[in-house]
Amino acid sequence: MSGTQLLDATGIAKAFGAVRALTDAGLSLSEGEIVALMGANGAGKSTFVKIITGALRPDSGKVLIRGREARVGSPAEARRSGLVPVYQEPSLIPDLDVADNLRLTDTRVDPFMRWVGELGIADLELSDMIGDLPLATLRILDLARALASKPDVLLLDEMTAALPTDLVDRVLKVTREQADSGMGVIYVSHRFSEISELCDRASVLRDGKTVGDLKIESGVEQRAVELMLGQKLELGNRGVAETRSRTEAAPRVRVRDLAIAPRVTGITFDLYPAEVLGVVALEGQGQDELFDCMAGFLPPSSGEIEINGKPADFHHPADAIAAGLKFVPGDRADALLAQRSVRENIALPFSARLRNWGNLKLQRERERVAHAIEKLQIDTRAQGEVQRLSGGNQQKVTIGRWLATGVDTLLLFDPTRGIDVRTKRQIYPLVRELAQQGASVLFYTSELEEIALACDRAIVIFNGRVVDVIDAADADDQTLLHAAYGLTAQEGAA
Amino acid sequence: MNTAATDPALVRFGRYLRDNPVVPLLAFLLLLIVMLEIMRPGIVTPFRAGRDGLISAFWVGNLIKFAIPLAMLAACQVLTMLTAGIDLSAGITATVAAFVCATLSSIWGVAPAVFVALSTGLIVGLVNGIGVGLVRVHPLIMTLGTGLIATGCLQVYQRLVINAGSEIPAFLSWLGTGRTLSMPNGLFLFVPFALFIFWLLRFTGFGRLLFALGSNENAARLSGVRAWQVYVALYVLSGLIAAMAGLLYLGMIRQTSLSLANPLLLPSVAAAVIGGTSIFGGRGSFAGAIVGALIIRVLDTMLTLMQMPEGARTVLFGAVILAVTAIYVRITASR
Amino acid sequence: MSDLIRKNAWVAGLVVLLAALLAITKIIQPSFGASGLESVARAALPFAFATAGMAVVVIVGGIDLSVASMMAVCAVTAAVLMEKISGVPAVMIVLALGLAMGLINGALIVVTRVPDIVVTLAMLFVWEGAALLILETPGGSTSEWLQTGIRGSLVPGLPNALVIIAAAVALVWVPLRRSRLGISIYATGSNERAAFRSGVDVGRTRILAYGVCGMFCAFGGLSLASLTGIGEPVPGPYLMASVAAVVLGGVVLGGGRGGLLGPIIAVFILRIVRTILTLLAVDPNVTTIIEGTIMVCVVMLGTALTLRGARK
Repeated sequence: MSGTQLLDATGIAKAFGAVRALTDAGLSLSEGEIVALMGANGAGKSTFVKIITGALRPDSGKVLIRGREARVGSPAEARRSGLVPVYQEPSLIPDLDVADNLRLTDTRVDPFMRWVGELGIADLELSDMIGDLPLATLRILDLARALASKPDVLLLDEMTAALPTDLVDRVLKVTREQADSGMGVIYVSHRFSEISELCDRASVLRDGKTVGDLKIESGVEQRAVELMLGQKLELGNRGVAETRSRTEAAPRVRVRDLAIAPRVTGITFDLYPAEVLGVVALEGQGQDELFDCMAGFLPPSSGEIEINGKPADFHHPADAIAAGLKFVPGDRADALLAQRSVRENIALPFSARLRNWGNLKLQRERERVAHAIEKLQIDTRAQGEVQRLSGGNQQKVTIGRWLATGVDTLLLFDPTRGIDVRTKRQIYPLVRELAQQGASVLFYTSELEEIALACDRAIVIFNGRVVDVIDAADADDQTLLHAAYGLTAQEGAA
Repeated sequence: MNTAATDPALVRFGRYLRDNPVVPLLAFLLLLIVMLEIMRPGIVTPFRAGRDGLISAFWVGNLIKFAIPLAMLAACQVLTMLTAGIDLSAGITATVAAFVCATLSSIWGVAPAVFVALSTGLIVGLVNGIGVGLVRVHPLIMTLGTGLIATGCLQVYQRLVINAGSEIPAFLSWLGTGRTLSMPNGLFLFVPFALFIFWLLRFTGFGRLLFALGSNENAARLSGVRAWQVYVALYVLSGLIAAMAGLLYLGMIRQTSLSLANPLLLPSVAAAVIGGTSIFGGRGSFAGAIVGALIIRVLDTMLTLMQMPEGARTVLFGAVILAVTAIYVRITASR
Repeated sequence: MSDLIRKNAWVAGLVVLLAALLAITKIIQPSFGASGLESVARAALPFAFATAGMAVVVIVGGIDLSVASMMAVCAVTAAVLMEKISGVPAVMIVLALGLAMGLINGALIVVTRVPDIVVTLAMLFVWEGAALLILETPGGSTSEWLQTGIRGSLVPGLPNALVIIAAAVALVWVPLRRSRLGISIYATGSNERAAFRSGVDVGRTRILAYGVCGMFCAFGGLSLASLTGIGEPVPGPYLMASVAAVVLGGVVLGGGRGGLLGPIIAVFILRIVRTILTLLAVDPNVTTIIEGTIMVCVVMLGTALTLRGARK
């Protein structure tokens, strides 16, 4: 079945500052082939996709298209060389109508409309404004536009994520047909069921490196999960795994049927005092919205949050803080005053309220900041601006801010992303210690082994809903990853 | 991200300048004064022109005197720029305050006149603060708009009081033109004012919040800061300072005019930017702006000596603002 | 057809508002007729050009604070040139100058990566100073045919000023709007990332949009010089007025949406309001205050609506 080689990427490496997103990634694709690109969160999938499609330049490595080196400096060039991507977020211009969007990429109307029909959208007018169309339609239009340009290689990035099932079936069918007539397809997805139905091979990325190339056959899920996990660094042992009986206390935070448009549809859980509750989810399953909502950034669409038995109604993060919910966001850049000192960063919440606008209580501030710095072992040798600290120390500053004010409930969103192992090892005991002192911690992590190291229980979120609750004692990586991919019984039944 | 060792020299130099802007600025100021002396020997050092004295106290006093109102308006720009804003209504606010004070003094007496004059600054600032903080209009557009309205109000007001005449309160003349030990009396107002701004920025929660909002408004929100409160207070303060600067300037010029302090607006922005305050927020100091104001005054003298036309000066100030900002963007590789 | 109406609902609303205001004018001053209309159109001309230029850069996702200053540069250049050379080449030179100034603005924004609002604030002063350097005090003179051509109505009931604005927009914007560049301008303003992914050269598009803005400012400067007969180096009150008219005209601050027709109708609405206030014998200075307040309120409302839209 495999014909001439269409795409051959080898030795791709890319670093962003000190963070090495890719070290040695590669992918080859022949005519008529559909290859799945897989990898756990943070494995470097999205960077790799951006490089093959020309949105980013690699630091080293080669991308050959039909044997010729492709100088893909821009998406337009990649498109001309025959590789057409369909990105996760639609790349249609919201304020232009369909016809203008086609003109922008020099797409001919007839084949486009034919593909739109083929893919199951019946009532599209060329004068429709993109901004007025539903998300699922946009994804189909993106795909139709890509197909209309008769690409050699089609890259589908989480193509089916926002689609209803009937459209998913159409997309899979059309993709298969196209591959059978010679096109090569790179299929980036989290969904095992689609991969095993559609793909010929699966290429697995881990920590910026291509670690395996699997033929799709029965039992491949197991093998892929193993490859994605790999041999993990020893992150240290969990302290005493004292599992408290949770019935003795009332929950500190009760979340019931929480829905947040558009992705979160039903989240229910309890968070008890002296508990670390893990959150397990693949990227984009609604965990971002959940944390934003609990921190007062996003209003819920329906459902309720109760804190110490009182219903929460947050209009501003200040309301959440007043109710005791302290949020450490996933992106440190969101939380830090990059140009200001460690001290000012940690002391920021002290001045937040109107009545603290006057003279600073420098003595008290110094003591509390010093306490937080000591507790977290923040390396403050680099005096001055926080942006000159290492990533790990920056993260400690964002946590230290709340330690200095005292913590009831801490919302940690992926606090160990992109930081060194040493700092990680300091963060787990800290989280445990906080819990021992009676604090509640909600802990989302993209690194599954951290659930066993730091948490008491974990909820698994898939597709905007809690699909499983796993006790830390049973939380080995495979169980978690299976659950996160929606492969557990609960999801099958749903 | 980077460690100091791997940074290019330019970046390290830029970082040094950012951390200690006042030192190189003072050096630059001295350099300009030396150049001025070379252009016109004896202007700073009378003995070279055959007169008495090593350094002309009169010249230095004059330099400081004319830099004071500029530095006060620059304070408005520094404070607002710390939050990534700007106050383009400061010039007209100063003018309005001066005009109102001069005309009302002859009708109601000095104290009520000063009070009303300061209130006009407060009102303009309040409108700015509401627009920027609550409606979230870009500060540039908002302050430009209120400036426009204030200009209209001033013209109407002028028609109302056209027959009342005007009077410059004696204490403002004393502050504006008098000298003590050959230094301008304006320092009696300015030194406490500068100390207040210094205290505000360094030792108060409010000052901290200004820096915080300008560095990362999201982080400030995350920490529970209700940004609109800060913006309203900030622009009210800026309006008050502008009104104060207008009163001082009135005492200095001793004339009323419908555009008295307006020409100070652009130099005040330039003084703040030259003084190391970032127009993108989060970084800046009033000390730098004071030196910036002195630099602009010396530059002004030089351009006058060179018989540089008004237009060239305006071009120069605009170009300086753009160049300093562009260099800053280049050095930090960020906005 | 209903689609067409829906897309242009805002513009249609503006037309109705304009008609209502004209009717009110007629009621207040029954003698208000063709000549009154002509003088309104004439006074609106520089505002209309400033607004057209501003609209283009707002659509591309920027803002140009230097419109009034560029108009001043063009006006004094025209007045100085026309004293020496004949009108037509002078007009061409001024248009080229406007285009060049706009391109410089755009290039500085793209090259320095300093935000639009900061660059054009600095350029506001640079161009203002340049105008003063060209002509220190009001002076020069403009060609006779320009001064007469801009007045009166060749076609009865249709003021020449209105014909001029329509012709200029038709020459510059109409061919552009449907071209690839026009689509790219909307695409860049609407979603820069998606535009880049669709193969738009975002930097070039922005520079050219600023160039178009400069060109409209040149038209504005020429009409200014023709109306007064001389060159005036001090920038007029066109910045705030153009921002307000752009917002009122349905162009969203932030880019991507709207056209030129709406903003130009909005200019006439704002001018008619002024006429009505004058006819009501309101003190012209009070009129300034009312106008300023209307503009600020329009911008505030526009910002609030944009923010609400973004939150959805």
